[in-house]
Amino acid sequence: MSIVDLTALQLGKEIQAGNLTAVDAAEAALEQIRRAEPQIGAFVTVDEEGVLKQARKVQKQIEAGELKGPLAGVPAAIKDNLCISGMRTTCSSRILSSFVPTYTAEAVRKLEKAGAVILGKTNMDEFAMGSTTETSAFGITRNPWNPDHVPGGSSGGSCAAVAANECFYALGSDTGGSIRQPSSFCGVTGIKPTYGTVSRYGLVAYGSSLDQIGPIAKNVSDCAAILETISAYDRKDSTSIRRDDTDFTSALTEDVRGLRIGIPRDYFGEGLDPEVRDSIMKAVKVLTDKGAVAEEFDLSLVEYAIPAYYVIASAEASSNLSRFDGVKYGYRAEHYEGLHDMYKKSRSEGFGPEVKRRIMLGSFVLSSGYYDAYYLKALRTKALIKAAFDKAFARFDVIAAPASPSTAPKIGESLKDPIQMYLGDIYTISVNLAGLPGMTVPCGLDSKGLPIGLQLIGDCFQEKKIIRAAYAYEQSREYQSPPMARKLSGESAAVSGGRCEKGADCQ
Amino acid sequence: MANKISDETIEYVGILAKLDLSDEEKEAAKKDMGRMLDYIDMLNQLDTEGVEPMSHVFPVHNVFREDVVTNGDDRENMLANAPEQRDGAFVVPRTVE
Amino acid sequence: MSKQYETVIGLEVHVELATKTKIFCSCSTAFGGEPNTHTCPVCTGMPGSLPVLNKQVVEYALAVGLAVNCQINQHCKFDRKNYFYPDNPQNYQISQLYLPICHDGFVEIETEAGKKKIRIHEIHMEEDAGKLIHDEWGDCSLVDYNRSGVPLIEIVSEPDMRSAEEVIAYLEKLRMTIQYLGASDCKLQEGSMRADVNLSVREAGSAEFGTRTEMKNLNSFRAIARAIEGERERQIDLLESGKPVVQETRRWDDNKGISRAMRSKEDAQDYRYFPDPDLVPVEISDEWIERVRSAQPEMREDKIARYQSQMGLPAYDAQILTSSKHLADIFEETAAICGQPKEVSNWLMVEGMRLAKEKEMDVDEISFSPENLARLIGLVERNVINRTVAKEVFEEIFSSNADPESYVEEHGLKVVNDQGQLRKVIEEILEANPQSVQDFKNGKEKAAGFIVGQTMRAMKGKADPAVVNQLVKELLSQA
Repeated sequence: MSIVDLTALQLGKEIQAGNLTAVDAAEAALEQIRRAEPQIGAFVTVDEEGVLKQARKVQKQIEAGELKGPLAGVPAAIKDNLCISGMRTTCSSRILSSFVPTYTAEAVRKLEKAGAVILGKTNMDEFAMGSTTETSAFGITRNPWNPDHVPGGSSGGSCAAVAANECFYALGSDTGGSIRQPSSFCGVTGIKPTYGTVSRYGLVAYGSSLDQIGPIAKNVSDCAAILETISAYDRKDSTSIRRDDTDFTSALTEDVRGLRIGIPRDYFGEGLDPEVRDSIMKAVKVLTDKGAVAEEFDLSLVEYAIPAYYVIASAEASSNLSRFDGVKYGYRAEHYEGLHDMYKKSRSEGFGPEVKRRIMLGSFVLSSGYYDAYYLKALRTKALIKAAFDKAFARFDVIAAPASPSTAPKIGESLKDPIQMYLGDIYTISVNLAGLPGMTVPCGLDSKGLPIGLQLIGDCFQEKKIIRAAYAYEQSREYQSPPMARKLSGESAAVSGGRCEKGADCQ
Repeated sequence: MANKISDETIEYVGILAKLDLSDEEKEAAKKDMGRMLDYIDMLNQLDTEGVEPMSHVFPVHNVFREDVVTNGDDRENMLANAPEQRDGAFVVPRTVE
Repeated sequence: MSKQYETVIGLEVHVELATKTKIFCSCSTAFGGEPNTHTCPVCTGMPGSLPVLNKQVVEYALAVGLAVNCQINQHCKFDRKNYFYPDNPQNYQISQLYLPICHDGFVEIETEAGKKKIRIHEIHMEEDAGKLIHDEWGDCSLVDYNRSGVPLIEIVSEPDMRSAEEVIAYLEKLRMTIQYLGASDCKLQEGSMRADVNLSVREAGSAEFGTRTEMKNLNSFRAIARAIEGERERQIDLLESGKPVVQETRRWDDNKGISRAMRSKEDAQDYRYFPDPDLVPVEISDEWIERVRSAQPEMREDKIARYQSQMGLPAYDAQILTSSKHLADIFEETAAICGQPKEVSNWLMVEGMRLAKEKEMDVDEISFSPENLARLIGLVERNVINRTVAKEVFEEIFSSNADPESYVEEHGLKVVNDQGQLRKVIEEILEANPQSVQDFKNGKEKAAGFIVGQTMRAMKGKADPAVVNQLVKELLSQA
């Protein structure tokens, strides 16, 4: 076993115990990145020099007893739509290809305070618009389980980096499933918390009313610890929520006796890959064997979530992305005649096709004469979807569902038909519309050897229930790394029983 | 397709969104938007009579800041990414003739 | 012109609120900084930045709304108004369309034709735009975001005005009200109050409104009056020659005295308003409204009445002193210190106004401390200085806020009441003017006046004229 095979908490423990240093960890991660990136392409930016400098500083603080947290010294990767002062932040878009923020996203600041060592920025669908990480302006990211397949999206880079052992955990963002779906495709664990739990300050907005930041890691414990670290009320985000129940690691218990699990029939019907369905049902069985109670029910309105989502998200995006105009930052076209031509050329050359498609749709649904018919209608639908979940959570503690109708599709398959791609978000999108917490844990592989994820959905502010269920389920199986990650890390620094073996670079 | 998107509509939305689409892109946009709107029209099957449009999921309100100046001069940082700047200001093509 | 036309005018008045910080960030609203020195990620529209509402903006908007008799939307929200322009860093302005904070109010104006109610449709809160500086030589403009995010309220009237006179009266009324509330200084020239004029004409007696235009860039009451005249004539000319009036926004050029349409193919004027998801609703409780209402300062009408009934000022004085909140404040503070309101009023109305006019100052720029004026009045009352000297001292107070007591001391301006010294001076003057003494003896009373004048001159005005008078007469009759 090598350093990079450790989970974030295992590594943090070794560092606190003095068996490993933050520098060892950073070097091991960098080495794994060097080996894996040619095949995976999970990163947009790796700041090699900066990483070691950070690691040395953090190590000093650890040794001085100033950093005692479980994540101190643990290398992390950050989705490239979260601003970090002095580090290029591109949203995987040409229009921001040279943007270097002078401020840091609140969630990243929280990690930095906890002693995280930031390795770099991960690839994503351009402005988080997509489900495959294929719309990035900086090339695609490949699935570590099979490089011919996509890692999912939009946080595909973050999930692939975790799966390929290129980092110990990552932050992603989830507007319609962008943490949960790629976590499922890459066989890692990811949480999208209740809206308002993690500050959005410094997250480049896509759909402001839906966006949430969340952790992606190898297991539930890591995710709970990371979420606990980044969750906090923030005065800079007006939609941030004050809550005093963010001690998520307290929910890491195996006891699910009496936990009421709802199985929405509408999520298991036509369109769902039978292998995925079987795998989810098996996972539910593990929980019921431990004393949980599962029952099928009709959630209703599932088919309306996607159209409502695309109206709301596109409308908000059309406005959020209007600030990219070549005036204050970002790409400005080289040749133009006058102001409006500068705007149009900069934006048309700077944005990719999927982003333009959503900006056009969003501008249209808000335009004079259509606002009521589309935008207000979608907001009314959202209210009904929220009410449907309220009703469900009166009966159930958690809802168990797939994260996606299928496992990761092949590269190039999804972009052919946008609507078909949008339909892939059917099990994740309503969670964002209703502001609910949701997470995925790996629950097996399909016959092609691609991971399947179990999605657990909780009521607002009930992260602990889904964490408990996920943790209990997770105890039934070992974390599985993709073969390529194991192969690569087998070649790098090894650690065993907290002591370095030969070839390992630890003093 | 129930929703026929005209050239004028694409032209108009392009002006609103400040996007200059090539002829090819315009044709694609017409088709894409038409299909998307057909799909979105599914919402019309849903009876939303009397339902309040929900902008915010949670009833959070009155989030305020006190009126105290805490920001100083941060011009250098604000201009750090400007494609073109002069005399401490952002430069744009002339806005009036 | 064969037909009679009526002008119908509605106003959109933007007022910059007197907060210390911007509406959505903690940057200063101070005037006059170097470009972009009062900016941050929020007011320059940096990606990932988020707005947080300044509570004082709501307080001021509420205060203004209540003062102009508005209903309050106790549940109000912010919306985004989307349009591209470089002075607007996010390319949307955060404003209020669907649920503005105030609606359905009115103010009463008075013109020569009498009193009239002007209805207010709504008041909403929004953010100001940055400033564009046009390069005189090159083909570019410079963008300064110091003003970006400064809080504004927009007061939208109903089309209730019929003349420039009514428009000016309405604006004066708003300005006075808002200044009294301390919600803004409302300076048209500096842009802290701006009015856009919506104007249409119709045949007298017609019940339908004509097509209206919106006139922008009006920087003074004079410009507003001229623009109204100009636009009225332009529209009537169009109608008379059978051409339609086009609904459009026009920019007034006060130097040329003409307006020009601001239309362009790129201005679709389709703002795609929708609720800003980054901001949460504002809930205004009954208690909050009551608190603002009870903290409402005394308004002009009440002051005018009080100045007359309790302070014994004539109506004219009360009108002038209250014509500026600032002047009224100086008056009240001074009167409170010295207890002589009429005396204070006299100084402000006569000498104060004269000096302000002479120095081409706005009364709002008067900056001396009430303590100093009160001390001056005390000096006069106690006969330490006479009125002639007092005027000189007042000028010093007015122009440099001089402390009258030390000024009088330093310049030796106290009234000389030393009879011995005065007698000596008068005797010297009598000696030098035997002709006058002779004249007096011959019954020419005027000669005494001449001697008094000479004495006062010799005393450089510091003698008490009554004492001098008495002594001159005494010495003349003895001579």
